[in-house]
This record gives sequence, C-alpha cells and structure tokens, in this order.
Amino acid sequence: MKPEISESHTISVLVDNEPGVLARVIGLFSGRGYNIDSLTVTETEHEAHLSRITVVTAGTPMVIEQIKAQLERLVPVHSVMDLTVSGPSIERELALIKVEGKGEKRVEALRLADAFRARVIDATTESFVFEVTGRTNKIDQFISLMKPLGLSEVARTGVAAISRGVGGLSSDS
Amino acid sequence: MAREMTGAEMVIKALVDQGVTDIFGYPGGAVLPIYDELCQQEDLTHVLVRHEQGAVHAAEGYARSTGKVGVVLVTSGPGATNAVTGLTDALMDSIPIVCITGQVPTHLIGNDAFQECDTVGITRPCTKHNYLVKDVEDLGRVLHEAFYVASNGRPGPVVVDIPKDVQFATGTYAATPQVRHKTYRPKIKGDQPAIREAVEALASAKKPIIYSGGGIINSGPSASRLLRDLVRITGYPITSTLMGLGAYPASGDNWMGMLGMHGTYEANMAMHDCDVMLCIGARFDDRITGRLDAFAPHAKKIHVDIDASSINKNVHVDIPIIGDCAHVLEDMVRIWKARSAQPDKKALEAWWAQIAEWRKKDSLGYEKNDDIIMPQYAIERLYELTKDRDVYISTEVGQHQMWAAQHFHFQEPNRWMTSGGLGTMGYGLPAAVGIQKAHPDALVIDIAGEASVLMTMQEMSTAVQYRLPIKIFILNNEYMGMVRQWQQLLHGNRISQSYMESLPDFVKLAEAYGAVGFRVDKPGDLDDAIKEMIEVDQPVIFDCRVHKLANCYPMIPSGKAHNEMLLGDGVEAEEVSDAGKVLV
Repeated sequence: MKPEISESHTISVLVDNEPGVLARVIGLFSGRGYNIDSLTVTETEHEAHLSRITVVTAGTPMVIEQIKAQLERLVPVHSVMDLTVSGPSIERELALIKVEGKGEKRVEALRLADAFRARVIDATTESFVFEVTGRTNKIDQFISLMKPLGLSEVARTGVAAISRGVGGLSSDS
Repeated sequence: MAREMTGAEMVIKALVDQGVTDIFGYPGGAVLPIYDELCQQEDLTHVLVRHEQGAVHAAEGYARSTGKVGVVLVTSGPGATNAVTGLTDALMDSIPIVCITGQVPTHLIGNDAFQECDTVGITRPCTKHNYLVKDVEDLGRVLHEAFYVASNGRPGPVVVDIPKDVQFATGTYAATPQVRHKTYRPKIKGDQPAIREAVEALASAKKPIIYSGGGIINSGPSASRLLRDLVRITGYPITSTLMGLGAYPASGDNWMGMLGMHGTYEANMAMHDCDVMLCIGARFDDRITGRLDAFAPHAKKIHVDIDASSINKNVHVDIPIIGDCAHVLEDMVRIWKARSAQPDKKALEAWWAQIAEWRKKDSLGYEKNDDIIMPQYAIERLYELTKDRDVYISTEVGQHQMWAAQHFHFQEPNRWMTSGGLGTMGYGLPAAVGIQKAHPDALVIDIAGEASVLMTMQEMSTAVQYRLPIKIFILNNEYMGMVRQWQQLLHGNRISQSYMESLPDFVKLAEAYGAVGFRVDKPGDLDDAIKEMIEVDQPVIFDCRVHKLANCYPMIPSGKAHNEMLLGDGVEAEEVSDAGKVLV
C-alpha cells in the first residue's frame, strides 16, 4: 500500500442545536479513532436553533474523507464543509494568558504583547492577563515566549473558521 | 388530524398509523402506561419475550423476513441495557428497528433513580439515531421520525426513550406518518455519469466479477430481481457476502457460492484475479477482503452503496456510486441494454474456463462418514428435505453458521437471517421467534450450535407460549467449534475453555419447556428424524450429534490473502504471522 501522509484539516459542521448533538460528534471521533486537535462549538443561528462546530483534525486523505462522510450521515447534521480544501478560508483563535512576575520580566512581557497585538485585559502589580487572537501558531508562539517570563495559566477557545468571499456553509444542503 | 391524547396513547396510535401489527417486548415500571394502553386495544399484537435481547433479535428476524420495520418495547434501566446487544447487532447488519424504551420521570433523570440509566447515552453509539422525548407535544412527531430514520437510507435501529411522566401527560397528536426530514435525506438515485462509466468498465472487462451483499436484500425484492437481470444479460459470474445470500439464487448458472473467510475457492480466487469488480450493497468487510494489501490487486473496483461512509473506508475504489441498489441496478440494466458494443466473448469464455478449473477443487467437499453425522451432511439433508417448502432459516454464530451458509442453498431474498456484522451468539432462536410470528405457516428453522443457543434458550418459552412451531436444529459437537478451530490453527492446538461440559439433555430441556425434543446420532436415522421434525406442529429442539472435531473449510486464515486459502485439515498451513494473529 502507498504510505499515506497525515494532514491537518479544518472542518465546519452545521448542526441542530439539540441535546446530545455534541456527544454524537465527539463520540464519532473517539469511537472510530479519529483525532481532535481543536473543537469549537456554539450556537450561531439562534432563531433556527443551529450550532456551528469547528473541528481541526488530522489524518490520511482516506481518513479525512471518512470523517466527512461519517459526520454527514449523523441525523442532526445539516452540512459539513472541509475548509482546508473548499477554497481560501480564515482561521482565528482567542487565548487568555496569565503571566505573573515583577521587574524586568514584566516589562519584557508587555513589550512582546505589544508586538503580538495582545491586549492587557487585567493587571495587578504582580500579574497581567493578555488577550490575544490569531492563527493557532501565532498563539502557540506567544505562549512559548511568555514561558520564561512567568506564564502561569492559559485559556484558549479553539479554532473558529470561515471561508473567504461569497457563499459558505448553509443549512439547506 | 390532530387530537388530544396521552403520551401512552400516542405510542399506540403512532405504531398503528405506521402500519405496525406486531411488537416484541417486556414490561416494567417505566413503561406501564404504554402496556396499560396496549391491553385495551386490538390493532397491535404483543409478543412477550423472556429477555430484552430476545425482543430485539425477534424484531430483527421479523424485519429481515418481511422488509418491514421491527418494533421493540422495553422498560428503563436493565430493560434498555439488555437491549443493547440486539441494537448493536441491528446497527452492524443494517436492520430497521424502532425500540421504545421507558425512562424514569423527567424530574428524576440524573438522580440515579431506581431502574434509571442514561439510555440515550448508552445507545448513542449502537443506534442509527436516538431520541429522549421530554415534551409530550414532540412525541408524535418523534415516533414518526423514528420510523423514517430507521427505514430510509441505510436502515438501522432507532431508540425512542420516553419518560414515564411524558407517557401520562396529555398533548396533541398529529398524524404525520410521512416525514419530510429537515436534515436526513439520503441519496437514492445514483450519479448518472458514474453509472455510465461503471457500465463501460464492466462491458470492457475480461475477468469480471459481481460481488453483492445485504444491501440488495435491504433495498427490497426489486433489487434482487434487477440483480438477476444484470447477471443474466452480462453473463458474468456472481458471488455474495454472508448477508446477501438469496439475492441471486444458489441454483443460478452464474453462482459461484459465498466469498470471504469461509467462502468457496472459486469465488475467492475469482475475486483475487478479476480485472473489474462490481461491489453492490456490500462493504468490503474484513471477513471478505482478507489481507487488504493483497485484495484484488488487478481490479478496477466499482462500489455501489447507499451509505457514503462505506465508500473508500477499507478499500480504495475507482468508481464510487452513492445510491440505492435497486435504483442503480435499474439504471445499469437500462444502460447495458442500450449500448451496442458487446463484451469480449472470448475473454469471458476463458474466464469461465478458469473458474471451472477452480471449481474442480470442490472446496466445500468433506469426508463422508457412515457412522458419525458430519455437520455438512446434516445441513445438506436438511436442505434437501425442506427445499420444496416455504422455509426460512436463522442461525446462531460459529461453525454451524458457516456450514449453513455453504450447504443450505438460498434461492430467494429474505429467507436467510444471520448475525453477520456483530456475530452475536444467541441470535438465531429469538430471530426464529420473530420470523415465525411474521410467517405463521412457514417452516422456520434455527440452524444452531449447542453453545450459542444456550445464550438465549429462554426464548423457547416464548415460542411455546405463542405456539410458534420453530425448529431449533442443533449441530451438537460439544465444543464452541469455531473457537476451538482457531485455537487449533493459531494457538498451538491449546483448547482453552472451548469445550462445553455439563450440557443439558436437549430432549428433556425441550420437554421441560413444553416443546418436542429429538436426538439423532446416526447418519442413517437423520432423514426420518428431519421429516418427523417438519411434521411436528410445535416448537422443536433437534439435538443432532455431529462429528466433534470437524472443522469448517475452506478458510482464509486471518492476515492472509484470497489466494492463500486453506482447503482442509490435511493441508499444512503456513505459519500465520503475529500481525495475522492479532486480527479477529
């Protein structure tokens, strides 16, 4: 068999916002041994009771095709879109990062935060909480820079993603 | 027309509106309101099983032999958990089931109440879909939706969990048996260009093979008819999975027998050497493919399946077609007839000659024995003596199941009910109960092993209660034969825990249940006993004492390819690799 390389895909899933729908999606991934690198869920269309799940997963092309087919056959799923292959798309993640420290390190942390366009949203004399948004690797990099400067806690939202330009994921398909 | 009624009334009403006439169940605290309604009406007949697993298997037998949705009614907690094996079985074999479970009242959910379990949580991975209905106003819609989901697309089991207070509550029932689902709309018609491409590929084949499966049966009788048409007009050889037996008649000219782990030599060799393969309504299961990297290495593969997730799951295919078997077959037959070019006659003749060579191996042959009943012989006799009757066969799981598939020759769809995907020992007896309920005048035989049948033996009591004259035909070798066979082949002949000691006296056991028992251990007595069994208008347990150490061949050992079959005990097996041993 040809050795197949694992690749990362960002998949958007539009689902009915009903009890258990997230468990169905997560159960599908764990039950069939697929990876979840990031998962973001919230209601996006209140009137229509629709939620959007953005999942970043990795697998061989055959596995990615399976993941999409398996998601599509779940009863409460309206539509599935592989943003990685369906054209240009944007991905963003938000992180809240707490850094504790005094003196030089504090100043350095602030300077780097500025370079990353991270905002200070809480401050005490011994700590900052930064808010930073961007692609996953930007946030990863910011966190690694904060480590020697007193990084104490991180909260991340996971990836939200959307296609560029006109059209996208809709509930009528 | 919408009208007010209680949740329990709605359950009955919705079932009747769906055309249900028979349900299989077991009462308990959380479904008492539904049972109370049940005894005050005459449209639905309830079959009281002895264990909830039996209820689901009976509903499966009912569904598979009729093409209808099987319906199950069980209580909360243990009622639901006991049903899990049956639900998983129905999911793996794509059998349409609606299973209604009682639940503790909504205000107690999550409180670890008596007989509470998280039914939707537990059954989520073993159902096609499930519902917890917390508002009686949703109940009618959900019940109809459940039937829609269970029977449309790739069929499967659906659970509707109904808390007891919802059964008592009053709400509006809207009669909407026809559902237009907002999200679940499976694709029925295949993609026309793909179908045309598939027909072209088939027509240009020099070594074609048609490999069909349970999807043909699920698609309905017209799919079997169209499959026969396609085989006739192409003249191509056909094989089938365990699940698809009967779609093409075993007496048909182009039939090669079943394929796969215990399939015929000719079917597996033809699969290995073919240049174009049409897989229709089957899913390249590991029992079929053997070693994946050596599976049909030279074949252009066409795959027709209603479930897109079956395509490219195990085997990469060249021409995928998503759609219902009958619809796609109809298109294929039409397009084939309309084209003028004919397939390469010469190549086809050579291919059939090759198949005839393979057939000469007589891979289903076995050593005859005048003193001991060979299990294969017992099935052969059973077939010969019942073939002119209206006969339905179910099985348990193991050697007897494979021998039944090999030696009982199915001519029609919906006549063969066996646990294929999950391999559930104990399936056959309750399935026979369901089949006999659906076909009261037919001859229903569960070809069983003594180990399997003891797992659900309690359902004999159900058969006796409802005067369902099922015939339990046990090939009794006092072993879990298939387990022992694997231990012999793969585990240095160490027979670990697969010998059945202290078996009951099956004749006395039958009598204890109020049924009729037979015991035969001489080949010469077999025919008369079978004839006598057929004539008995009561449930029967037939203890057929067979050769204890006979093994089931041919066999593709795990991790081996189609052209590496073992044909019998005498042939020295190549050492199975560690990677092969890991496979089940």
